[in-house]
Amino acid sequence: MNILVLIKQTFDTEEKIILQKGIINEDGVNFIINPYDEFAIEEAIKLRDLHGGEVTVITIGPERAENALRTALAMGADKAIIIDGEDQDLDEYSIAKVLAAVVKGREFDLILSGNLGVDYGSGQVGPRLAEELNIAQVTTITYMEINGETAIIERDAEGDKELVEVSLPVLVTTQQGLNEPRYPSLPGIMKAKKKPIERLKIDDLDFDDDIKAKTTVMETYFPPKKNAGRILNGDLKDQVTEIANLLHSEAKVL
Amino acid sequence: MRKVLVLTEAKAGNLRSVSLEALTAAHRIAEGGEIIAVALGSDANQFANVLGKHGAKKIYIIGNKVLDVYTTDAYSQALRQVIDVVQPDAILMPHTAIGKDLAPRIAARYGLGLVSDVIDVQVDNGDVIFTRPIYSGKAFEKKKVVSGIPFATVRPNNIPVEEISGTIEILHFHVEIKDLRTIVKEVVHKTTGDVDLSEAKVVISGGRGVKSADGFKPLQELADILDGAVGASRGACDAEYCDYSLQIGQTGKVVTPDLYIACGISGAIQHLAGMSNAKIVVAINKDPEAPIFQVADYGIVGDLFEVIPLLTEEFKKVLAHV
Repeated sequence: MNILVLIKQTFDTEEKIILQKGIINEDGVNFIINPYDEFAIEEAIKLRDLHGGEVTVITIGPERAENALRTALAMGADKAIIIDGEDQDLDEYSIAKVLAAVVKGREFDLILSGNLGVDYGSGQVGPRLAEELNIAQVTTITYMEINGETAIIERDAEGDKELVEVSLPVLVTTQQGLNEPRYPSLPGIMKAKKKPIERLKIDDLDFDDDIKAKTTVMETYFPPKKNAGRILNGDLKDQVTEIANLLHSEAKVL
Repeated sequence: MRKVLVLTEAKAGNLRSVSLEALTAAHRIAEGGEIIAVALGSDANQFANVLGKHGAKKIYIIGNKVLDVYTTDAYSQALRQVIDVVQPDAILMPHTAIGKDLAPRIAARYGLGLVSDVIDVQVDNGDVIFTRPIYSGKAFEKKKVVSGIPFATVRPNNIPVEEISGTIEILHFHVEIKDLRTIVKEVVHKTTGDVDLSEAKVVISGGRGVKSADGFKPLQELADILDGAVGASRGACDAEYCDYSLQIGQTGKVVTPDLYIACGISGAIQHLAGMSNAKIVVAINKDPEAPIFQVADYGIVGDLFEVIPLLTEEFKKVLAHV
């Protein structure tokens, strides 16, 4: 079984956002694999171990994104592809087109990806790519098993669980609760150094359509700062009475 | 003037309020143009009047039974047939489980840009400007579509609903749906209360301080009297006190209720990302140094198991007098 995993390198969730002239500053930032994509990598490795085949991790990004691929290879993926996305005006529309161009012509039974990035959080690329490839999709999955040509999947639909059956090939996006992503082992890290990374350039790919971004960011800014809150004092009962009154008459949320 | 198409959504027989929020957003974008609502499923008919009271001029009812349960293919086929007839100048959908799954697929089909998860929409000099949180609310961005029609998904609970009455035209629209690639075998409703977490006006959230699955009971009682929903921190989910579907934060849900009560939550930066844009935050924690107090409007330093039952009683009194 050939499995493709789409990943993105993102800011560590511990990082504070710093704006410099209206642009998010990346200096000194610790980058990680998007946490939702880690579930995708883990699931791909588990499925390959069960059913055989190969796991290929794919990312679009600047050079630093290669570290994310190395980590995925150290976790157990077999090979990797990086598409140079530096200095390109790309949005979700463009990225799905680029990925489609890379994926078309390769053999795959299953594509996995995180259900969204913890940075821009639009969650578009997975479903867009499924449409570009004209294959089925199941988003925000929390369980998956494969029986021959069929996948049995549980998905999280805003708290409700849906049990879904679908024929391969399928693109799935992963949700928290699917698995516990492993940490790369030392032998894994050593082996990863010898695993192949294919480097592609957007200009070398073939496109039927223009891939120029359809959307543009006009401004990035911080939410208004909240005033420091009030910690109540006194007898617990009095505090509770006070808070109920404050919520009712001052904050007007009761 | 723009002709704006709005996908509406119902859950358990009730129209979701995000449908009306999307209609209000559509009204701004339309600038006097026509708003066309689409309602899917065999009970869609009953929502026509309320949609009409919130700005929809034409309402496409697609009553096929196969649309009673969401599948990507069925909804995509149905909506595409409407889009092909209506030829809208803008499209809005709710940023819900359905909208998140469907909108990017429709956008790709028509080669459109899409702005996901918007919390505000304004028209400036004819440009439709969408506001959306990034890094789970650590920052915001304003975005517009520069090529093709504006298309966005609207986050629940952010755009105040306006009543806009007028005449309505109801169209029972026939669609052909075939070759579904996914089959939904079963739907298990796991959500505890009746109120959806992402749409709740009040969220009572528990962290590690809740100590056990049973520890969530007083939180649920408090949520019930306020028509609210219960949420949790990652710590509480990791400790298996509750399901991950309740998790609020950078790797969970992002909520923007009017009132957020954090109980036994220390306030890691990832959690704050998921809730700090709530209108009012109340923190209850034993540790006066907990970072949650820095984003709270009001704080009580104390044991949540003492404070919450008292709060529940006190809120009951206040609500009895409203």
